[in-house]
Amino acid sequence: MIALLASLAEQHVVGGTDGRVVVYRVSLFVASLLFLVGLRMLTNPETARRGMQMAVLGMVLGVLGTLVHRDIINYWWIIGGLVVGTVIGVPMGLLIPMTKMPERIALSHAGGGLAVALVGVAEYLAGHPQHDKFAMGSVTFEIIMGAITFTGSLMAFGKLAEILPGKPMTFPGQNAVNFVLLAGSLVALIALVVQPQLTWLFYGLVALSLFLGISLVLPIGGADMPVVICLLNSYAGLAASASGFALDNNVLIICGALDGGSGFILALIMSKAMNRSFANVVFGAFGSDAAAAAGGGGKGGNVREGTVEDAAELLKISQSVIIVPGYGMAVAQAQHATRDLAGALAANGTNVRYAIHPVAGRMPGHMNVLLAEANVPYDQLFELDAINDEFERTDVSIVVGANDVVNPAAKTSPGSPIFGMPILNVDKSKAVIVLKRSMKPGFAGIENELFVLPQTMMVFGDAKATLGKITAAMKGGGH
Amino acid sequence: MTIDHILAGLYVFSLAAFLGYQIISKVPQLLHTPLMAFTNAISGISLVASLLIAGRKSDSLLIPVLGAIAVASATINVVGGFVITDRMLKMFKKKEAQK
Repeated sequence: MIALLASLAEQHVVGGTDGRVVVYRVSLFVASLLFLVGLRMLTNPETARRGMQMAVLGMVLGVLGTLVHRDIINYWWIIGGLVVGTVIGVPMGLLIPMTKMPERIALSHAGGGLAVALVGVAEYLAGHPQHDKFAMGSVTFEIIMGAITFTGSLMAFGKLAEILPGKPMTFPGQNAVNFVLLAGSLVALIALVVQPQLTWLFYGLVALSLFLGISLVLPIGGADMPVVICLLNSYAGLAASASGFALDNNVLIICGALDGGSGFILALIMSKAMNRSFANVVFGAFGSDAAAAAGGGGKGGNVREGTVEDAAELLKISQSVIIVPGYGMAVAQAQHATRDLAGALAANGTNVRYAIHPVAGRMPGHMNVLLAEANVPYDQLFELDAINDEFERTDVSIVVGANDVVNPAAKTSPGSPIFGMPILNVDKSKAVIVLKRSMKPGFAGIENELFVLPQTMMVFGDAKATLGKITAAMKGGGH
Repeated sequence: MTIDHILAGLYVFSLAAFLGYQIISKVPQLLHTPLMAFTNAISGISLVASLLIAGRKSDSLLIPVLGAIAVASATINVVGGFVITDRMLKMFKKKEAQK
């Protein structure tokens, strides 16, 4: 391949074009193809790893092809950047625990946004896009989106890592202010296209975009972070595409489109799974209103509390069990303990399956990754539509740290903030065991009628410890 | 930039977005987290733009410095993104693993 490229390049040098430009262009073209093929292979768990290796190959090819570009005359800054990036990136990749995956994804969006925004600023400083209105518009758009992604993702990271309060941070008229700021940044974009030499406006726009990222994400509650992360993913992609337009670089346009499209689709899936629109997620400040609504409409009722022995006795005589994990499982790092209980149940002849709600956890697919880490085979994991009719034929559902995604209020009370959201029909199963730290309401701040149903048994305590005790009690045999 | 250039770019963008939409809709919920890590890693291809800025001839020191920071951030995403995607994909197994 390389030899072929080199010989092609050779011919073109003779023909008058710089051969190194050909190597650069062709390697980026091949890289784009490899990314597409890699992404296609990611649609199946059997081929996903090979797909990723294709993309790695594409990346190596793209970087090597760029390094021979004739414009590059100084390698020291490049080497410095590559070394620093690798020294930080590799340990981060290897050491970060799977439960922290949402935080790490948010951080990496911040890094992606920063890189793209800096490329745009450097292009402007070098005076390249100023000669061309289209390039100037692309660069400016790239900087706005990159900067919003950068600070917005840092805020999302802060909320996920609980450095910032997970509750929505709002003030009256916030949406109006954000709207005016957004409109202002668009006006500035147009002004810069017309008058690119207005440096003060340029820097003002950079600052404004950085601020917008903060003020757009702070009002959004912790439970809505899955949608926010996906949207930021989409913004990062759009920023990268815009830089591709400005630099006339197709591989950037393609990868940006793939990244932007993927974030957009995932955000759509997430909002649909919560029965809410984008606008509602982004401007609705979910959580604060909901808590107020719940205060008035609380139904009350008796909670039946059980011990681990009660739970173990019940599980011993059950034929079929569905485990419903939620964000609480991630917080308690209870995925291994969950798997151990499932193993004990299977050893007892019980049919065990897992039901995964699309918005369980703090990012798309969060629960799947945690259970995979605990060695749960993925053919035991079922999506909402695939398993929802099975609950009525199930003896026991075990809810591990899930709340809103199993709240029957979504079906029964039209006044509830989550009304209309598709939920797992845990209330249909013959018995329900809920593992929960306390009676505190979930992140949406709504009371859960499931907890007061007659067939529900609440087992309070740390999910990991409780699961361990139930497993031990099951293995310990009868009285 | 000529209108041909702009249109060619829009062709590429539209086709890639359409193809991406088709492919990504087929990714099962099971693989959504690896998908995010993966697209994150490949969007680190903005590295190629950062490389050019960091290595280009420039009168001001600021430009290569900005370029180097961009190279570092993009590299963190590329390297870290692929390492994490691989770690996750390695874990997905169909049958009960031997203990």
